[in-house]
Amino acid sequence: MSDPQAKNPTVPAEPPVRRHEELELGAAATGALEPLMRLQFGPSHPATHGTVRIMLDLDGERIVKADVEIGYLHRGFEKECETGYYYQNIPYTDRLNYSSAVLCNTAYCMAVEKLLGIVTPERCDFIRVIGCELSRMADHMLCVGSSAMELAAFTPFLYLLEARELVLDQIDALCGARVTTNAIRIGGVIADLPEGFRDFSTVKLDRAIKLLDDAHKILTDNIVFRRRLEGTGYLSPQDLIAYGVTGPLLRAGGVALDLRRAQPYLVYPQLDFDVPVGEHSDNFDRYLVRMEEIRQSRRMIAQCLERIPAGPVNVDDPRVRWPAKNQVFGRMEELIDQFKLVTEGGLFPPGEVYFGLESSNGELGFYLVSDGTGKPYKCRARSPSFSNMSPLGRSLIGRQLADVVPTFGMTNMVGGECDR
Amino acid sequence: MPGDSPQPPAAPVPAEPPAPSALMAAVLARVGTMVLEHHAEFGDDRIHVAREHLLEVCPALRDSPELGFDMCLDVTAVDYFGNPDGFRMPPRVWDENRGEWRRPPQSRHHLVPPPRGPEPRFAVVYHLLSTRHLHRLRIKVRVPEDDPTIATVSELWPGANWLERETYDLYGIRFTGHPDLRRIYLYEGFVGHPLRKDYAKEHEQPIEEYTGPGAKEPRRPQVEYVGPASKEPDRTR
Repeated sequence: MSDPQAKNPTVPAEPPVRRHEELELGAAATGALEPLMRLQFGPSHPATHGTVRIMLDLDGERIVKADVEIGYLHRGFEKECETGYYYQNIPYTDRLNYSSAVLCNTAYCMAVEKLLGIVTPERCDFIRVIGCELSRMADHMLCVGSSAMELAAFTPFLYLLEARELVLDQIDALCGARVTTNAIRIGGVIADLPEGFRDFSTVKLDRAIKLLDDAHKILTDNIVFRRRLEGTGYLSPQDLIAYGVTGPLLRAGGVALDLRRAQPYLVYPQLDFDVPVGEHSDNFDRYLVRMEEIRQSRRMIAQCLERIPAGPVNVDDPRVRWPAKNQVFGRMEELIDQFKLVTEGGLFPPGEVYFGLESSNGELGFYLVSDGTGKPYKCRARSPSFSNMSPLGRSLIGRQLADVVPTFGMTNMVGGECDR
Repeated sequence: MPGDSPQPPAAPVPAEPPAPSALMAAVLARVGTMVLEHHAEFGDDRIHVAREHLLEVCPALRDSPELGFDMCLDVTAVDYFGNPDGFRMPPRVWDENRGEWRRPPQSRHHLVPPPRGPEPRFAVVYHLLSTRHLHRLRIKVRVPEDDPTIATVSELWPGANWLERETYDLYGIRFTGHPDLRRIYLYEGFVGHPLRKDYAKEHEQPIEEYTGPGAKEPRRPQVEYVGPASKEPDRTR
């Protein structure tokens, strides 16, 4: 494995492990060393939820070289987006991170709104925050639960999946779908909050948090779980930044970069929440950061439900709003607006724009290039999983084979987002 | 959209370009001699840099304490195939009736496709973030079609390693000095680079021909691939 950090002064040198070439040469020259064993981890291994292959060169049980191969779920997201109208691409973004789809919808729609210069109504922003935080909870619960199951802790997996189910019930109430939500529209959301959502959500969240507490009790003081996670998967904060790692992984390394706090969007400045930060930059801190973020999300949702104002949920801008059917059939302007949206996709100024928000795994950004037509000339998704996966091979070098599973689990690669 | 429907009021055209933001002023003070042009479109600061100067600009941006761009968020490319350098904002005209500057309404049917410009075909785009100062910058570098190469920045930001592999995979832009320039998404032996504008979306390249039931019937007719720069086999492997 080549060493791209050689000339970078901010990144410390590699840990003192024997290099691949030395081992092979040594084995050939003296015969003193055992030859390396090559192990193919994946692409369909029970612990690689998602499809990914890690080629491991092992010296005994120690990893000498790890080559991570992604791309098994590449679907041509960007190529597909270039052929559809802006509003037709929203369902594709569901499939980026299929465990927190509302966040992907929101990132895409807010990038398009930045291009158009649209300011959404406040009630819409509150509903978006509720959807985003519910998605974040579901994603973290799935990540922690499945990682625990891979470490043979089956009970917390069931607890956390049940808690996730309770969260998905609320997303279902918000938009009518559990996983591929398609919940956010350009300039608004798919629907207003259903009646009685506040009580419904409070009951569901209380039950979910109770299950989370149970899982927390089972996992955090469990000696097996701790020994598998503590000290493994270490990456220095300099490495994390240099590799472009964001999200819970970066915060577990002690870098308090959370875009909700650092570059606030939607109504996050009005909300009271904490940004959990780890200090050891290992898998156990990543686990703790995720567990605490679930609680903070629950706090934010409670505040949103308290403060949400009345009003419209969609912006009344003829460039993006779909007129009501009775108006389309009864009025001239609305008929023309509808016709133009269907045939041309709307009016967009030429130019290019980037918008990123704090997704469950880190910064999810969309870079749109518009040529003035209703279809994006280029629609690029900057996905956090991709950048979070790139230092995985480096963090495994010199570690034990058994560390692959918790490190990969806590990286939380989502195939749809990583491979696009 | 009808031409006379209410348009959002456009700001009057300033007599001279607006002053650059504080970040852009700092960038220009540091590397201003190598910046071809700078924009603040939609609030995103962006500089254009010549290909030869990339490896002088990037270390300066990363290492200077007041800029401190220590994270490379994204590397990608744009294929301006058949289009001039970027897409300009349409000119604003003085509306006598309203007494203000406004943009003329335009629609897809009224757009005249612009002639192919003399500029290079590709633009490689870098998104930088400073985790200390929390500001962002976008760098665009034009790369011509007949020589799609550019220097790698993966020694400055190791995270650019995979991102450049992806850009190579999907756009065919070769990063000289890259330690491990392989395809990252597509398989070995894939011909062409699918995000180029001359790669038809319907073009299929199955790894193995389908031999199951109904295999004798012809598959969907394959679209002839006409990518000029991608016809030669991939020699970097």
